[in-house]
Amino acid sequence: MDYADDARSPAIAPDLGRGRDAVRHRPGIRGAEWQLVLPLGLFYLLFLLAPIGVLAVVSLFKDRTLSELSLIQYATFFSERLNYVILLDTLRLGLITTAVCLLLAFPLALAYHRVGRRLRPLLMFLIILPQLTSAVVRTFAWIVILGREGIIDRSLLALGLAPAGLLYTTSGVVLALTQIQLPLMTLPLIAGLARIDQRLLEASQSLGAGAWRTFFKVTLPLTLPAIIAGSLLVFTTSISAFVTQSIIGGGRLTYMPKYVYDLAMGAQNWPFAAAAVMVLLSTVLIAVTAFNRVGQASLRRIEG
Amino acid sequence: MRDHDQRSFDAVLWTLAGFALIILTLPTIVVLMTSFTASESLRFPPSGLSWRWYVELLDSDDLQDMALRSLKVAAAATGLAAVLGTSAALALSRNRRRWARLVDAFFMSPLIVPWIAIGLGILLLTSVAGLPLSMGTLIAGHTVVCVPFVLRTTTASLSQMDPALLEASTTLGASPFHGFRRITLPLIAPGIAAGSFLAFIASFDNVPISLFLADAREPVLPIRLWQMIQADLDPRVASISAVIVTFTLVLMLAMERITGLSRQLTR
Repeated sequence: MDYADDARSPAIAPDLGRGRDAVRHRPGIRGAEWQLVLPLGLFYLLFLLAPIGVLAVVSLFKDRTLSELSLIQYATFFSERLNYVILLDTLRLGLITTAVCLLLAFPLALAYHRVGRRLRPLLMFLIILPQLTSAVVRTFAWIVILGREGIIDRSLLALGLAPAGLLYTTSGVVLALTQIQLPLMTLPLIAGLARIDQRLLEASQSLGAGAWRTFFKVTLPLTLPAIIAGSLLVFTTSISAFVTQSIIGGGRLTYMPKYVYDLAMGAQNWPFAAAAVMVLLSTVLIAVTAFNRVGQASLRRIEG
Repeated sequence: MRDHDQRSFDAVLWTLAGFALIILTLPTIVVLMTSFTASESLRFPPSGLSWRWYVELLDSDDLQDMALRSLKVAAAATGLAAVLGTSAALALSRNRRRWARLVDAFFMSPLIVPWIAIGLGILLLTSVAGLPLSMGTLIAGHTVVCVPFVLRTTTASLSQMDPALLEASTTLGASPFHGFRRITLPLIAPGIAAGSFLAFIASFDNVPISLFLADAREPVLPIRLWQMIQADLDPRVASISAVIVTFTLVLMLAMERITGLSRQLTR
């Protein structure tokens, strides 16, 4: 038992933030901690780590007989234009969706803090609504909205304009993804804005800065950690949003997740499909690391 | 000058916020309205109103079977995730040590790991191990992606709990298990329930994992819907979708009443 290790923090460094930790290690719970983690740990070992391990191993074989090791799958992936163009398109989709979500989520989060207390629960309900409705259903709705017989094109025709034809286009996919991902950006921003000291905003205004200047010089920098947290979630989930990408993108636009599915189930090319999925997974992990780095730096700037 | 500045800021703010609200809510409204269409094609606003696509649903035994199977899988995966997730949250919620933070990040990782990787990975694992696909592997795959939802909300409600309460019960001689059942569990139940609700939706609606792991002889509803939407836009998709949306909305309002769902999700 290493109680000593824990007793140390409140005794030697009795700062306020850590004070509660002294109470945390209740007798009897301490020794049980790893036992409580064990069931989920074993489950994830079997159904998350082992499957990804198998993917990594299978991706290192030369062909589908799985008899000879080779790096040929990765070499093929990055040398054939078709493959890396799909990867680049997927990354571009992630970046555009993240930017659009940020542009819409910030006003929404600001509006949430501006409306009265009575309206807030309703607004919150509308914000989290997409998170709680089925992805297939939401995507189906976008087909009805974006399609040839849809609301947008029929309104444009009624106004005597040319139809926009957004279905099966990048803009259509971005629009549908934005609905689904907007809550992931808005919720951290609402929390981030709530933490800003109101006196800073008042100070900025009373020193003569206008609304725009105050926003860009005070509000925006102070919410940077929330922006980064939200962007991380939006980016990673929109590059792997299989349902929206495959339905709204249709046969015309292919992104990584659908490509992996076609390789695996259509062509039955396990090693190449495994390599493609490992590339997607690595992309996500690199993005997470990068976002975390930037996030920590921005936190240090605010607190330091 | 300053007035003008404030006015232009407010104009941009409310325009964009209004646009955001339209994007957020329009699809739900569209689904509910198109389901009452009288015609064979799905246009909006619908031409003529009727119940015919709901009546068709009552006659579609295949779709009902798939829906029932999806509900069973979601219930099993959610139950398993609730037990595993709550147990892990109890150990990790107040633990600031490095190993605990790493384990926590690992347990939350299915939120960012592409689900297609989990589905294909489990499929390859079972085929390497020479095992057939079964309901069990499907439920296991779903459970992996359900756990983070329960873990997040349960951890949040545990960290809001006053530790002195458990202290008191231990001092008064209650066993740790008794303390958990009589004090901790009632206090964190809303958090577990909110997380389980999200987990249930994530499973009931899952396509990327089921595509690889669902047996073709035992199809699940979202996969069939995904195929129907891509193939010919069968108007029954609209009525099924409307039923799903209505059920979710009713459940969501009930959860809001009982557990304060939106509070659970935003803290």
